[in-house]
Amino acid sequence: MSETMSGAEMVIKALQDQGVEHLFGYPGGAVLPIYDAMFHQDKVQHILVRHEQGAVHAAEGYARSSGKVGCVLVTSGPGATNAITGLTDALLDSIPLVCITGQVPTHLIGSDAFQECDTVGITRHCTKHNYLVRSVEDLPRILHEAFYVASHGRPGPVVVDIPKDVQFALGQYEKPQSNQHKTYRPQMDGDISKIRAAVELMAHAKKPVFYTGGGVINSGDEASALLRELVKLTGFPITSTLMGLGSYPAADPQWLGMLGMHGTYEANMAMHDCDVMICIGARFDDRITGRLNAFSPNSKKIHVDIDPSSINKNVRVDIGIVGDCGHVLKDMLTEWKALKPAPDRKAIAPWWEEVSAWKAKDCLAYRGSKTTIKPQYAIERLYELTKDMDPYITTEVGQHQMWAAQYFRFESPNRWMTSGGLGTMGYGLPAAIGTQMAHRDSLVIDIAGEASILMNMQEMSTAVQYRLPVKIFILNNEYMGMVRQWQELLHGSRYAESYSQSLPDFVKLAEAYGGKGIRCSDPAKLDDAIREMIAYPGPVIFDCLVEKMENCFPMIPSGKAHNEMIMNDLSDDAGVEIGNIIDQKGKALV
Amino acid sequence: MTQSHYSDAPASSIPARHTLSILVDNEPGVLARVAGLFSGRGYNIESLTVSETEHEKHVSRLTIVTTGTAMVIEQIKHQLDRLIPVHRVIDLTVQGDAIERELALVKVTGRGEQRSEALRIAAAFGARTLDATLNSFVFELTGASEDIERFIRVMAELGIAEVSRTGIAAMSRGAEAL
Repeated sequence: MSETMSGAEMVIKALQDQGVEHLFGYPGGAVLPIYDAMFHQDKVQHILVRHEQGAVHAAEGYARSSGKVGCVLVTSGPGATNAITGLTDALLDSIPLVCITGQVPTHLIGSDAFQECDTVGITRHCTKHNYLVRSVEDLPRILHEAFYVASHGRPGPVVVDIPKDVQFALGQYEKPQSNQHKTYRPQMDGDISKIRAAVELMAHAKKPVFYTGGGVINSGDEASALLRELVKLTGFPITSTLMGLGSYPAADPQWLGMLGMHGTYEANMAMHDCDVMICIGARFDDRITGRLNAFSPNSKKIHVDIDPSSINKNVRVDIGIVGDCGHVLKDMLTEWKALKPAPDRKAIAPWWEEVSAWKAKDCLAYRGSKTTIKPQYAIERLYELTKDMDPYITTEVGQHQMWAAQYFRFESPNRWMTSGGLGTMGYGLPAAIGTQMAHRDSLVIDIAGEASILMNMQEMSTAVQYRLPVKIFILNNEYMGMVRQWQELLHGSRYAESYSQSLPDFVKLAEAYGGKGIRCSDPAKLDDAIREMIAYPGPVIFDCLVEKMENCFPMIPSGKAHNEMIMNDLSDDAGVEIGNIIDQKGKALV
Repeated sequence: MTQSHYSDAPASSIPARHTLSILVDNEPGVLARVAGLFSGRGYNIESLTVSETEHEKHVSRLTIVTTGTAMVIEQIKHQLDRLIPVHRVIDLTVQGDAIERELALVKVTGRGEQRSEALRIAAAFGARTLDATLNSFVFELTGASEDIERFIRVMAELGIAEVSRTGIAAMSRGAEAL
C-alpha cells in the first residue's frame, strides 16, 4: 500500500517505520523541509546538537550502547563536512549509522551553489555505502535500503544525500517490505567444514588463547553469551581488543585483560607464545599485533570475521571462517560438544601455569601516592564506586582512554563506547549524550582528558538542554598525555606543543553551561567527590587533577614484539626517563 | 626503536599481473567507487575498461588489470567484493588462460614509400584501414596487448601521429559463464 507525500515527509515516515525513536542533528537551509515534516509528529525525537560532529558521535554512542542503528540529520555543505570525522570513526569501528544530509536542488548540483559540496564524493571513502537521491521515486527504497546496508554484514555508516527539490517533490511512499538490498547478501553462516577443522585444532591445542574483538559485540548479546559458553567449556584463556571489552566478563578467572599496545603482560605473552589462536571478530590491527613478523610466531591461527577482506589482510591465518560471530560461535559450540575432546583441561594445565606466572607479575600495579591522585587510582575508585550501578562508560582518546580500558572492568557488552580505530579526540562527550539518550535512567560517564574534552565541549549545552545527566570525569594532567609519552619515548622529551596551555576553569565552565562542576586533587577526598558526582541529578564536569607526568604502561613500543613490553617500573618515580629506559635495550625489554 | 609507531613496510615479494572481471550495478558513481578504492588503498590500475553489458538489468562489466603480490591481489578482490553495488569479482588469471583482447586506433602520417610500407605492415598484422587521406591512415587493430605493442612499435618508425587504446576486455574460455 502506498501513500502520496512529499520527499521530506517520506524521510520522517521511513524513520518511523524503521523504528527510529531518536535522531541527532542540526538544521540548515537544505534540510528545512525535513525539519518541517518532523515538526508535525512526535514519534521521532530530534536531539539538537551544537556541532554536526557531535551528532554523529552521539548517534555512535546510541548505536553501540543499544544495538540499534544510530540516525543523523544534517544540512548540506558544512553540515556534511562537519560530519565526516564521525562517519570515518563509525566506519573504522563498524558502527551502524544512517546519516541523512541535505543537498542543494538537483539543477544546482555542480554549480558551486551556496552550501554545496560533493557529499557523496567526499563521503564515498568514509562510509560503507552512500546514495545521492536523484528522484523522489527512488527515495523510499533508498531510505529502507540504507538501514539494511548499515546494519547487515559488517555494520557501518550509510549516507543518504537528498537534494532540496526531492524533499519538496510529491511521490508514492512504500512501507519497507523485504527491506533488503537487491544484491547485497552478507554471509552469515560459516563454512561448516572449516568450523570442524577449527574445532579439531582447538581440541588438540596445548597452548590455546581466544582473541576476541568488537565483532562479537556487533553480533549481538547472544554472541557474547555463546562466547562465554565456549570459553567456559574449553577452559582456554581469553583476551579482548579495546573494542571487544565487555563481551567476556572481566571478573572471570579465564580473562587475561585487554591485549595490544597497552594490553596486559599476560595477554600479550599468551598471544606471543600460544600454539592455537582463536580470533573472533577482531582484525589484527597494528595496535594489536606489534611487529608483524614477530607476531605470535608459533601458532596456528583461526580467524572468524563477517568481512572477508579482514581475513589475511595483515596476518596470514591457517583457517579463515567468513561469517557472523554469533552464527559461527553457535556452530563451534555444537561441534565442540559433539567432539567431546578427551584430554581436556589436563592438556592445557601446564599452559595455565605459564599464564598464571605472567599474571603474577601484576603488570597493572602502580606506585600509589598520598599527596597526588594517580590517574590509575582515580579510575579504580571510579570503578569501585559505580560498579554496582551497571554504568555505561565512554572515553575520549589518549592516556585516560587506555587507563580506563585497563582499570575499569566490564562485565557486559555494550557498556563501553570508545573510539578505537580512528582514535577521535572529542568522541566521548557526544557519545555519552547518545548513550544517555538510549538509557535514560542509567549512569553514563565520559572518562576524559582535559585536552580531548575541549574538542567537543560545546555538547555540554546539549546535555543540559535535554536534561541528560552525563558525568564527565576529566583526568586532568595538563598535558596531551599520550603525545607527551610518545615525545618522551621517541623525541628526547622535547614536549613540542603537548602542554595544555590556558585551560579553562572546568568548574566554572560547567556552571556556565548550567551544569555542576566538581574539582578534586586530594586522594583522600576523591571517594566523596565521586559520590557527590554520582548523586547529582544533572550533568557534571568532574575536574580530577591527577599526577602530571604519569605514563601509561605496560606498553609494546614501536617495532617491537608482544614479548618485548615496557613495564611500569615501580622502583623509579612514575613516568620519568622512559626515553633512557628504551635506549638501554636490555633493561627495557622484558 | 624506530621513529614511528607503525610497523615497517613488509619485505617485498614478487608482484604478479592479474586480470579481474567485475560485475556491478550500473548506477551513478560506481566507477568512482571502484577507482577510488584502488587509489585510496594504494593499489595499481594498469588497465580499466567498463561498459553496460546487460541493459535490462543495468549491469556493467569492468575489466581491471592490476599488479600486486598474492596477498595484495587477495585483498583487492575482497575489497572490491565489499562494495555494495558489486555483484561478483572473478580473477581470470587464477582461472587460467583467459582470452584478453584490446582494440587500438593508430593514426600514421607520411608520404610516398612510407605509405605503402604502412599498408603492408597493417595487412601483415591484420589491421583494418578505417580512414585514408593522401598523407595519413587510421588503422584499427584488435588483438592481445603484446600484438598491439608490436604493431605500434613498428608503425612508430613510419611516423605515428596518434594512438588510442581501449584497455583490455577479457573472458574465460569454455562453457562456464561469469
